Amino acid sequence: MKKEIRLMKGNEAMAEAAILAGVDAYFGYPITPQSEIIEYLMSANTAERTGMQVLQAESEIAAINMVYGAAGCGKRALTSSSSPGISLKMEGISYLAGAELPCVIVNVVRAGPGLATIQPSQSDYFQAVKGGGHGDYKLIVLAPSTVQESVDFIRLSFDLAFKYRNPVMILSDGIIGQMMEKVELFEQQPRLSEPPEWATRGKKPGAKSTVITSLHLESEDMEQVNLRLQAKYREVEKHEVRFELFRCEDAEVLFVAFGSSARIARKAMDLARSKGIRAGLLRPITLFPFPVEEIRRLAGQVSGMLTVEMNAGQMVEDVRLAVNGRTPVEHFGRFGGMIPGPDEILEALETRLEEWHQKQPA
Amino acid sequence: MAEQSIISPENLVYKKTGVMTDRELHYCPGCGHGTAHRMLAEAIDELGIQSETIGVAPVGCSVLAYYYLNVDMQEAAHGRAPAVATGIKRVLPEKYVFTYQGDGDLAAIGTAETIHACNRGENFLIVFINNGIYGMTGGQMAPTTLPGMKSSTCPLGRDVLTMGNPLKITELVAQLPGTYYVTRQSVHTPGNARKARRAMKKALEYQKENKGTCVVEVVSNCPSGWKMNPVESNKWMEENMFPFYPLGDIKVPGKGLVSDGKNGS
Amino acid sequence: MAAKGDIIIDIERCKGCQVCLDACPKDVLEMSRKVNSKGYQYTVKVNSDCTGCANCAIVCPDAVISVYRVK
Ligand SMILES: Cc1ncc(C[n+]2csc(CCOP(=O)(O)OP(=O)(O)O)c2C)c(N)n1
Ligand code: SF4
Ligand code: SF4
Ligand code: SF4
Ligand SMILES: [Mg+2]
Repeated sequence: MKKEIRLMKGNEAMAEAAILAGVDAYFGYPITPQSEIIEYLMSANTAERTGMQVLQAESEIAAINMVYGAAGCGKRALTSSSSPGISLKMEGISYLAGAELPCVIVNVVRAGPGLATIQPSQSDYFQAVKGGGHGDYKLIVLAPSTVQESVDFIRLSFDLAFKYRNPVMILSDGIIGQMMEKVELFEQQPRLSEPPEWATRGKKPGAKSTVITSLHLESEDMEQVNLRLQAKYREVEKHEVRFELFRCEDAEVLFVAFGSSARIARKAMDLARSKGIRAGLLRPITLFPFPVEEIRRLAGQVSGMLTVEMNAGQMVEDVRLAVNGRTPVEHFGRFGGMIPGPDEILEALETRLEEWHQKQPA
Repeated sequence: MAEQSIISPENLVYKKTGVMTDRELHYCPGCGHGTAHRMLAEAIDELGIQSETIGVAPVGCSVLAYYYLNVDMQEAAHGRAPAVATGIKRVLPEKYVFTYQGDGDLAAIGTAETIHACNRGENFLIVFINNGIYGMTGGQMAPTTLPGMKSSTCPLGRDVLTMGNPLKITELVAQLPGTYYVTRQSVHTPGNARKARRAMKKALEYQKENKGTCVVEVVSNCPSGWKMNPVESNKWMEENMFPFYPLGDIKVPGKGLVSDGKNGS
Repeated sequence: MAAKGDIIIDIERCKGCQVCLDACPKDVLEMSRKVNSKGYQYTVKVNSDCTGCANCAIVCPDAVISVYRVK
């Protein structure tokens, strides 16, 4: 069967991908710039196409808890929102991580703090990668930079979520969510037929009842649970790091950028190359697990790194941790909904380059 | 001699149902939670639906209900049980789903989830334990605390001018077209407990017909939070809680609203 | 008159709340002088008038009592 190619908006493409991925249920609450996801699903006749349940909840809090209930039954459950709504979901996300339930949360990020603006941003990096909710937990975080990746990551996210029994976040932003691009859709996947053995599906006669919970009253037990979670996160770090390199073989300076910033940083890289600066670009695809090893390796090669982010400097901290002082790491950002241009990125790089060369031992 | 002949398997008329586990309950002596659990478990037992039932226990003294109720269960965040139950019921519509919520849970932090689940007419049973207090956290004021009633956060008694009036959320949700059967019961006497069990059984039966949300409120005691011994607490409940929260059906299939909650019993 | 009913009290699980005492129409139940291993006084039978009505068992929050009745 020939794969279907369509021109689609990022948000709508993710919604279609959810149906095609055999997702069982979507629960959401409208917020710009991602309302197209629920709107698309509501008009897609999902009940007939795959039997997928779609419900507009009374709040993001309710939506994420509906995801918890459905995920606890071993179903593929999806929710989406944008920054202020994701803040409301944080309690539920912590519970999902604690109860080790697989699910996918899409964040089409807009600028903050507060109500701020509906314009695109990457200022939820910390919230997505460092926690956001309470407790020692990690989400697997995927950052698409194209509409195609938005589609592919829906399916990949559910695979990872079920493989590790962990919530996965797709950290998109207002640019990718709203942008039209050509996408190749995958074939319709079946919905899950066999429930996982940990799911609540009604107690089998003679068997012990199944319980979904994040509660462990005894500190000794809770520590063991935490240790198990940490061991799982180490496994994720070992096996699931994903990134993309552009012209890094001979690079003397390195851009590090994710999502839509990476698209712009790539243009800045080309501009730099045309001026004789051997720039490269590393694009983390998974923000957790972070491509620590690759950044560390490149730290021995380049004279400096510049992260390009639509925030006041968040991922730069992780790059610095990976580099651990071996080479200078700086941040260039526009925020509040402003999108950086390749020219100003190049300018920022040139300024840093001078500093870095001065710092170099004679 | 006579005794020996009476205690024999064929004469057994009442023992703890198999829909409860053998685990000892952690509740304070005389607390209604234990009896309410058992009435629910007996209703499930009588209908023979143990293997088709999924329960949701949110935070509150009964957060560990899954230790005692021998059915598949999910623990939920404080107030969120109706949303969790919605998620369950939407993907497994053929299962019997219930929530078991305290008054702080259902009528304060979870008000939105409760009202909207009822308004959508989600097909599950809400068991609502109204003890007029936050039991688990040590006896603070609940949305249901009576006017003048003392708690650790209203040590001089609830002052309705500054703290608001108790919320009769059961009467409130009975107004919504999404609810099908709404009733208020208690479990402190044999007669009342039997009635509560019948109400829960009826509610579970209606679930099969997909008629909407059923709410069974159980006005209950909290001897620890109320700082009374169990027998006193039940007496206090009859004298003070029941006039404000009159027992009986509030909304009945076929008849609609049958009580406005104003006439005390 | 021969007794019609009888009960078994799982005294180790009794929390001494006394809720069952009022529920019994035949005044069969009293609290013990002694305490169980958890330090609670527990329910004891003081006569053989039990009818096996199960009232005590139904209101017992801790499901301590099993009831037998000659049918
Ligand atoms: C988000 C959140 N806020 C507060 C608490 C603390 N808390 C736990 S139970 C509870 C009140 C429980 O009262 P109720 O629902 O009436 O149940 P009861 O214990 O009386 O049966 C509170 C405030 C919590 N666990 N989570
Ligand atoms: S604190 Fe109150 S509600 Fe909680 S177990 Fe004790 S008596 Fe029951
Ligand atoms: S079964 Fe009835 S008569 Fe017998 S002890 Fe219990 S309450 Fe009393
Ligand atoms: S009601 Fe149960 S726990 Fe309470 S005193 Fe009687 S037997 Fe003991
Ligand atoms: Mg309470």
